Amino acid sequence: MPTAVNSATYAAVPIGTVPTTLTINGETRTRAIEPWTTLLDLLREGEDLIGTKKGCDHGQCGACTVLVDGRRINSCLKLAVTLDGAEITTIEGLGQPGDLHPLQSAFCDHDAFQCGYCTPGQICSAQGLINEGKAKTREEVRELMSGNLCRCGAYSNIIDAVLDVIGEQA
Amino acid sequence: MATAAKIGIGSAINRVDGVEKVTGTARYAAEHPVENLLYGYIVEAAIAKGRIVSIDEEAARAVPGVIEVITHLNRPHVAWTDHSYQDELKIPGSPFRPLYDDRIQFSQQPIALVMAETFEAARYAASVVEVAYAAEAHNTDFEVAVGDKYVPKKKRSGYTAPKNRGDAAQAFADAPLKAAGDYRLAPEHHNPMEMFGSTVEWHGDGSITVWDKTQGSQGVHAYLASVFGFSKKKVRVLNPYVGGAFGSGLRPQHQVFLAVLAAKKLERSVRVTMIRNQMFSHAYRPQAIQSIALGAETTGKLTAIRNAATTSTSRYEDNMENVVTWGLMNYDCPNADAEYTVAQVDTATSADMRAPGAATGMTLFEMAIDEMAYEAKVDPLEFRLVNYSPIDAMNGTPYTSKALREAFREGAEAFGWSERSAEPRSMRDGKELVGWGCATGMWDAQFSKTSASAKLTANGHLEVACATSDIGTGSYTVMTLVAAETLGLPPEQITAKLGDSDLPTAPVEGGSWGAASTGAAVQLACQAVGKKLLKAAGEIAGAPLGDAKMDDVLFEDGCIVLKDTPTVRVPFGDAMHAADLTEIEEEETAAPGFGDMWKGLHKSKNTHSAIFAEVKVDEELGVVRVTRIVDAVAAGRIINPKTARSQILGGVVMGVGMALHEETFPDHRLGRWMNHNFGEYHVPVHADIHDIQVIFVDEPDPEVTPLGVKGLGEIGIVGTAAAIANAIFHATGKRVRSLPITIDKILD
Repeated sequence: MPTAVNSATYAAVPIGTVPTTLTINGETRTRAIEPWTTLLDLLREGEDLIGTKKGCDHGQCGACTVLVDGRRINSCLKLAVTLDGAEITTIEGLGQPGDLHPLQSAFCDHDAFQCGYCTPGQICSAQGLINEGKAKTREEVRELMSGNLCRCGAYSNIIDAVLDVIGEQA
Repeated sequence: MATAAKIGIGSAINRVDGVEKVTGTARYAAEHPVENLLYGYIVEAAIAKGRIVSIDEEAARAVPGVIEVITHLNRPHVAWTDHSYQDELKIPGSPFRPLYDDRIQFSQQPIALVMAETFEAARYAASVVEVAYAAEAHNTDFEVAVGDKYVPKKKRSGYTAPKNRGDAAQAFADAPLKAAGDYRLAPEHHNPMEMFGSTVEWHGDGSITVWDKTQGSQGVHAYLASVFGFSKKKVRVLNPYVGGAFGSGLRPQHQVFLAVLAAKKLERSVRVTMIRNQMFSHAYRPQAIQSIALGAETTGKLTAIRNAATTSTSRYEDNMENVVTWGLMNYDCPNADAEYTVAQVDTATSADMRAPGAATGMTLFEMAIDEMAYEAKVDPLEFRLVNYSPIDAMNGTPYTSKALREAFREGAEAFGWSERSAEPRSMRDGKELVGWGCATGMWDAQFSKTSASAKLTANGHLEVACATSDIGTGSYTVMTLVAAETLGLPPEQITAKLGDSDLPTAPVEGGSWGAASTGAAVQLACQAVGKKLLKAAGEIAGAPLGDAKMDDVLFEDGCIVLKDTPTVRVPFGDAMHAADLTEIEEEETAAPGFGDMWKGLHKSKNTHSAIFAEVKVDEELGVVRVTRIVDAVAAGRIINPKTARSQILGGVVMGVGMALHEETFPDHRLGRWMNHNFGEYHVPVHADIHDIQVIFVDEPDPEVTPLGVKGLGEIGIVGTAAAIANAIFHATGKRVRSLPITIDKILD
């Protein structure tokens, strides 16, 4: 894995930073964060966790979905300094090459993506959906995954993949 | 021997780049880690036309972390001729030059680039740049612009002028049955999920490495060298992963220009990304008006086709599409004429978007065909069969193959079309009206000169490489499968490399030519490796293969095998060892015309599809749900049924968007797209997409391309919106002739 080369740049900015402790994918780190930095930009530019994608920066596409204390959120709409003490799970924390999460395997098997850009957000959102425990049917999963856009149109394959995993866990 | 387990062309394997994509380890353009990076944020013009009078940068420069504000006044030297800015698509006109001078040609035009130590500082500073303009009168209203429509003098390459036949005007006047109307398509924006971005690494020795969101690394490479005066060796462009593009990345987009400009000025590594609303500042599918007049006998036999279309372009370039030819090619009708014109609006130049021309012109034409079928009181599917043309009816040439009849049959059967009651408003499901519609889709089967290399190492690993792109299309997987097929190696022993301007030459990825062209090049390169292997095997003591030629052997499980005596097998490693080779590397070029392609030289080459759609319409609320689609596709040989199906699904989903959702609205007073975000530019979401069935019709075609592959990137969208529109008529009895068919149009 490449190193987080931009952390130094971010930490070096002298003005008004707030010390914030975050547990990201099981690793606790304290960072001096500018109050206007979103969780999304912190992850991507500060921590080099680029699996979390920026698709709109407006909470309209879901590509930046991560799990905060087990709940799915749009990380572009969350200021990082408000998450002191939180546990954050990104796509990198769900599984790795060679040790895939069941959702990651199911997405591969169902070809539930094409360009792959919305995929980490779809998978994190699906894990959040599973954590919520309320989606059981195809109709419900479709409705409750609708905050995650896929411009390649892999929707039906994504639902197949998510239902596979929900079925295994039921 | 072992052929049942062999993986190659036709195997439905998982996408080979899948693990990287599902684990977030695939790096897209703005995600490559570079030391000491500066961030750029684009400042856009607030007016549609005029001049920049002044730019006040003082407040922006005072923001902590801001390094520079680059404008037309302080930019480094760039090329000044139109020719230098021409990209691979060569749209006739004067290409847009970012930060060139004080001229504003469209709203949201980039006019400054703020460079800062952080993205946030650049973003904030950009918001306090004050610009004074001298505005000029503009027009963004296409309906007004069509008053000045014209036929461009210089035609875009790839443009096919329609050929008239018979006397369509007279035949239409004489026709016992007529259907005629003006059909419209709204402007659409591609909106790939990944926003345009570029990371430029400044090496300090005059060379740069650029990770760019593009459909062609070599196209961007040539553009950057030409515009900035780099020697070609000093620039390398990479796009190993591309988060969708759909045509928006065929031309170099302005963020890559700006990023390199900033790197050059500051002699630093930089990253420039657009934000979502800036994704509406460039490429879009042209707005269209198509006047279609059809005449038929009472039997439903077409006697006249008149097809005239106008699409939008900018003031500075003539973007042309093949809009009006499809209907003339596809239908047997003795009299047909067509005319294609463009009209200028003060926007950025319109651009190719998935199935450019056909997604517009064939779709709208298929809506008119449905009207004609109803006039003739003939079942819409039957109407298409009555007027079926086995040859290209416009050019009078045979097709290399056309299995559209089979597509209709298989699609209709899967859909249950025979259960349809013809009368509009005759089918219901509770409080919803049910409608069934069908349409034909059509696209070109294209082939483009492409090179590839193949390198086999003695440990049995094969690397195939080509500068093509994989924008989600499955190119990595296609290259792997073709290599596996040709040299008989399992996919795990094959690495496909692409998305790098240093690799063997390939065109931009688009037009559905990728799989056919890259596949053929990879096959040739692997065959060349095979020849070398066979020659090397001759060095083995006792010559177990005798004087076998290429035709006498096959490659299987990492061995050269005698066809006649399959027990005689020489492992690749043994052959290479005997010839003292540690690796064999070959590069080959696949150009149009080789193999059996010469037989198809004077034939038409097209993919076809038969689309069937079911809609349910809430009668009170006008809400439309597309509950079922069957798309039967005749597209030659399918390399990977799994990823191929996904490409069709994707096209169909975008077709649902075209039918019901997608429309960019200009505010004509400001000359600016209003709904430039995902909240207001609606694309289909999970809840919109129900059951989609994809059928690939058997269509062997050795003449169309060397592998018999026709390509799948576009065909899924063509005609899909027409099948849905026709289903909406069947459900509601209401003809809506403008796409998208939003609720207001149904309730109107």
